[in-house]
Amino acid sequence: MGGEDRLMFTHEFMRNAYLAGTFIALACGAIGYFVVLRAQVFAGDALSHVAFAGALGAAALGVDIRLGLFAATVVVGAGIGGLGERARADDVVIGTVFAWILGLGALFLSIFVSGSSGEDGTAAVRVLFGSILGLSAGDVWVAVAVAIAALAALAAIARPLLLSSLDPEVARGLGVPMRVLGIAFFVILGAVAAEATQAVGALLLLGLLAAPGGAARLLTDRPWLGLGLAAAIAVGSTWLGLFLSYEIDSLPAGTAIIGVATGVFLLAALRDRVPLRARLST
Amino acid sequence: MSPRLSWDLVADWEQLTTYPFMVQALEAGAIVAVMAGAIGWFMVLRRQTFAGHTLAVISFPGAAAATLAAIPVAFGYFGACGLGALALAAFGGEERGGRSGESAAIGTLQAFALGLGFLFVGLYGGQLAGLEALLFGTFLGITESQVVTLLCIAVAVLTALAVLGRPLLFASIDGSVARAGGVPIRLLGVVFLLLLGLAVAATAQITGALLVFALLVTPAATAQLITARPGRGLVLSVALAFAVSWLGLGIAYFSPYPVGFWVTSLSFGLYVLARLATSGAGWGARTA
Repeated sequence: MGGEDRLMFTHEFMRNAYLAGTFIALACGAIGYFVVLRAQVFAGDALSHVAFAGALGAAALGVDIRLGLFAATVVVGAGIGGLGERARADDVVIGTVFAWILGLGALFLSIFVSGSSGEDGTAAVRVLFGSILGLSAGDVWVAVAVAIAALAALAAIARPLLLSSLDPEVARGLGVPMRVLGIAFFVILGAVAAEATQAVGALLLLGLLAAPGGAARLLTDRPWLGLGLAAAIAVGSTWLGLFLSYEIDSLPAGTAIIGVATGVFLLAALRDRVPLRARLST
Repeated sequence: MSPRLSWDLVADWEQLTTYPFMVQALEAGAIVAVMAGAIGWFMVLRRQTFAGHTLAVISFPGAAAATLAAIPVAFGYFGACGLGALALAAFGGEERGGRSGESAAIGTLQAFALGLGFLFVGLYGGQLAGLEALLFGTFLGITESQVVTLLCIAVAVLTALAVLGRPLLFASIDGSVARAGGVPIRLLGVVFLLLLGLAVAATAQITGALLVFALLVTPAATAQLITARPGRGLVLSVALAFAVSWLGLGIAYFSPYPVGFWVTSLSFGLYVLARLATSGAGWGARTA
């Protein structure tokens, strides 16, 4: 495999993809663990669709796509977080709002497609499904910087966040500011979502949030170990996925990465189930 | 002659129904709206919006795979949604993860389905215009036979709902009491997911995978804000879905913007109005 690797890394775009992908996966895996713990995967899903609408909106207005992405996800993220504990479990509100945001996305797409030549239609597909193999050196450094900033911010609030996710009652009793924490968490999630959209696309971002976090949660009950495990699974999936998509011509990078992550999740779920059945039968 | 809106409603209606494609779109829109409004009401009651959204998304790889294999797209839609419903039911059991474990499983399933869809579209040779239609739907180009198929599915789904309605309502509102009363909760849950998959597959063919929600969740959520009584809520949900789909189609016909945008915006606008009205009423009741 070493020989193939050396061949793969002679291409600059592959080096860029690995570098950016590693950091994005670290950030997604770590924050995804919290997303799963807090049972807010649907909110993460909504944010990934918001990212798509924001990027298309920026494209339709002729502004930088990255600007639209970050503005949309951070603002909506703060909004979802600000709804607070009361609306936290309310998937119906999230669903209703993001159905409309998707409708806006359809509007922007039609403006964008009709306002430009046909080849720009690929821009919409890039927003939806990512373009990790087309990152420039500048893109990579932005991705690394955003990921490190997000990880640092997450580390700063990790302890109270973990407590408030695992045991909200105790956290409230200890005077943890739950509302502020919820908003901060969603702002970080929004920034990560916006950056990850560049790599795996708005639609596949969800997989990098949910699958490693879900698998880690099934594999261990120890929170810090789970956090590390989620990040490791995300990075591993990204590495293996990139390698597979390099080796297999027609396999898109996003599909490969999500495929590997899903496989890990399935294995974790099977491992979780089989001993349970064995226990029940005895 | 491009369509022009006037104050004469009869003339507008005649313009709207000049072309057969528009008549078929209105028929399909009405069928889909009635079905989605009814089953959506149960979905919102059961708090299964995430599952419903995932089923909708799963229809996308199904359609893409069917296009790739050159079989009728309808098979892809129904096959994928049926499989998806079974997968969701398998994951949705009383797992150790509980609620958070279930939502992680649903999210993973959805992302994987999208990844597959992208792969299939890529293998097909990147027909981008087709991709947009799969995701955001097209009310145009609906054939007569599609309308008939939709009607059959809608009748089947609504009949099943009518038969199951009572125990389903019971199980959705108070699961533990229903279980104690001998209602087979788990079986009902699986059957409901299958019905939802069927309805979503039919709806997605018209509205596209991403916009099913506008008809499925928003009218139902609006109805449940306005009334808690099941009978009235169901009727209201169906009426709202029907109204927004026809209005959306009508406005889209006279405007350059896509129908998906109008349908989602109208239904969201009604939801916001209902929310304002109910919170206003609550405020009035408190201060009175």
